[in-house]
Amino acid sequence: MSLRLDLQIISDWIPDGARVLDLGCDDGSLLKALQQRGVTGYGLEIDNSKFADCIKAGVNVIQADLDQGLPQFADQSFDFVILSQTLQAINHPDFLLEEIVRVGKQGIIGFPNFGHWQCRVQLALGGHMPISRTLPNAWFNTPNIHLCTVQDFENLCQSKAISILNRSIVNHAHKDTLGTRLLPNLFGQIALYQIKKS
Amino acid sequence: MPDSLPADSVGLVSPTLLSIDKPITLECGRELPHYELIYETYGTLNKAKSNAILICHALSGDHHAAGFHSIEDKKPGWWDSAIGPGKAIDTTNFFVVCLNNLGGCKGSTGPTSINPETNQPYGPDFPIVTVSDWVKSQTILADHLGITQWAAVVGGSLGGMQALQWAITYPERLRHVLLIATAPKLSAQNIAFNEVARTAIKSDPDFHDGYYAQYNTLPRQGLGLARMLGHITYLSDIAMGEKFGRELRTGILNYDYGVDFQVESYLRYQSSSFVERFDANTYLLMTKALDYFDPAQECGGDLAKTFAPIQAKALVMSFTSDWRFSPERSHEIVNALLSNGNNVTYAEIDAHQGHDAFLMPIPRYLEIMTTYMQRVAQECTEQ
Repeated sequence: MSLRLDLQIISDWIPDGARVLDLGCDDGSLLKALQQRGVTGYGLEIDNSKFADCIKAGVNVIQADLDQGLPQFADQSFDFVILSQTLQAINHPDFLLEEIVRVGKQGIIGFPNFGHWQCRVQLALGGHMPISRTLPNAWFNTPNIHLCTVQDFENLCQSKAISILNRSIVNHAHKDTLGTRLLPNLFGQIALYQIKKS
Repeated sequence: MPDSLPADSVGLVSPTLLSIDKPITLECGRELPHYELIYETYGTLNKAKSNAILICHALSGDHHAAGFHSIEDKKPGWWDSAIGPGKAIDTTNFFVVCLNNLGGCKGSTGPTSINPETNQPYGPDFPIVTVSDWVKSQTILADHLGITQWAAVVGGSLGGMQALQWAITYPERLRHVLLIATAPKLSAQNIAFNEVARTAIKSDPDFHDGYYAQYNTLPRQGLGLARMLGHITYLSDIAMGEKFGRELRTGILNYDYGVDFQVESYLRYQSSSFVERFDANTYLLMTKALDYFDPAQECGGDLAKTFAPIQAKALVMSFTSDWRFSPERSHEIVNALLSNGNNVTYAEIDAHQGHDAFLMPIPRYLEIMTTYMQRVAQECTEQ
């Protein structure tokens, strides 16, 4: 089974044998793929409905609420801490970001870019909260309570003294185009960042 | 009476008695020169002896974990929901062993056994055994069965404490450990509940300082009260509300001090049936073993340090409404295992049944345990 495209990009950033913590690991598919390259670690997930999939895949999964931070883990105890498509659903994303770079030597963060032109047009001209392929829920039932743009995220990193080592900003098909390269905050739908504490 | 036994039952089973003449020195310093352990097994031990599972029982449990002793039995063993062909602990894959712990009252040597020195039942003179003592005696049974390494040691509640002790003391002798609704030590509140239970038993006029057998009586009132208290704490407010609400037994209030509500009737029934099948001295002993369990004590309370020897992969599970062994207590275990970098999976099962949830057929709970045990079974064939 092939990985979801954003997970494939994340996987490409992680070297063989690394120790990783996957926050919001869902069915464990990223860790399962990484394990084939000698990567070890844990997945954290608040919802245990897919734990059987994790266990089948041989993934160590821990039920945990990310809103509590990562108090169970020591400073710099993982090579990578991954948070994919979950940042926007966290109560205190700024706090979790600090936790990620505390526990991980590096963090990898992926989120839907709210600065994409379609979001802007829907709000500016349509007068309603944007709904798109990457953000399919209505405002009243969305788990995404803290949406941000590429610019917002980079500003937050700067204010927290977090340096950006690498970024990949792509369209909904996870391809980078001329637009996503020139004006990522306008044309990027998915943003992926590799970060560390400065 | 069922005409036939369910297809997913281990069927009719009978216990085996192992008589051990090699003395065992207990943690309290006393020695039992001779003792017996009663146990049941389900499934078949494979040639490599790599598919054995040890089930450790909780406070009022025994060696009869699954199946029926007779076709007349109304109820199967205490964990029949999880043990059997095609069940979570699948007896077509595993050789499952469950024993009555030392100090028990269901066939292993305990307070109701005859003390060879006096030719009277031990009663209160039976030494207090600890979780470590149990695990030590369980290694003797494992040796007898030719099992050098368990595929998994499994336990809930007090049984989970034994499983945890196995992983700490005999790290090479188990590949997996399943710690269900358990804790690394009891809280003050838990010890307090146990003390109320003990006080109830000891203050019964029929207790006779524990020598009730010599008086041909039983401390029914005291043990019954202890069981009532225990039962309340093993359930949750929601579970009791759902089961009984404020339903009246006869539909009207009686304006006397007898039984008005169904919940009262239920507690009385539970306690009166319990006192006929369980020994009060064993109850005292089991609650002490619970209170004393604190493996981290030797490491100054540092649980991660205590767990340093652990090699077994762990599945830890807790239940949201369990307030006697709350999820927070499982977190302590999980966090210590995580900080040591152990292989661990942890699930917090949404359940309203309180502490008793670990004995219930809750779909998510059984799904996770089944999947985990299937992996354990796969490894057995690779051994």
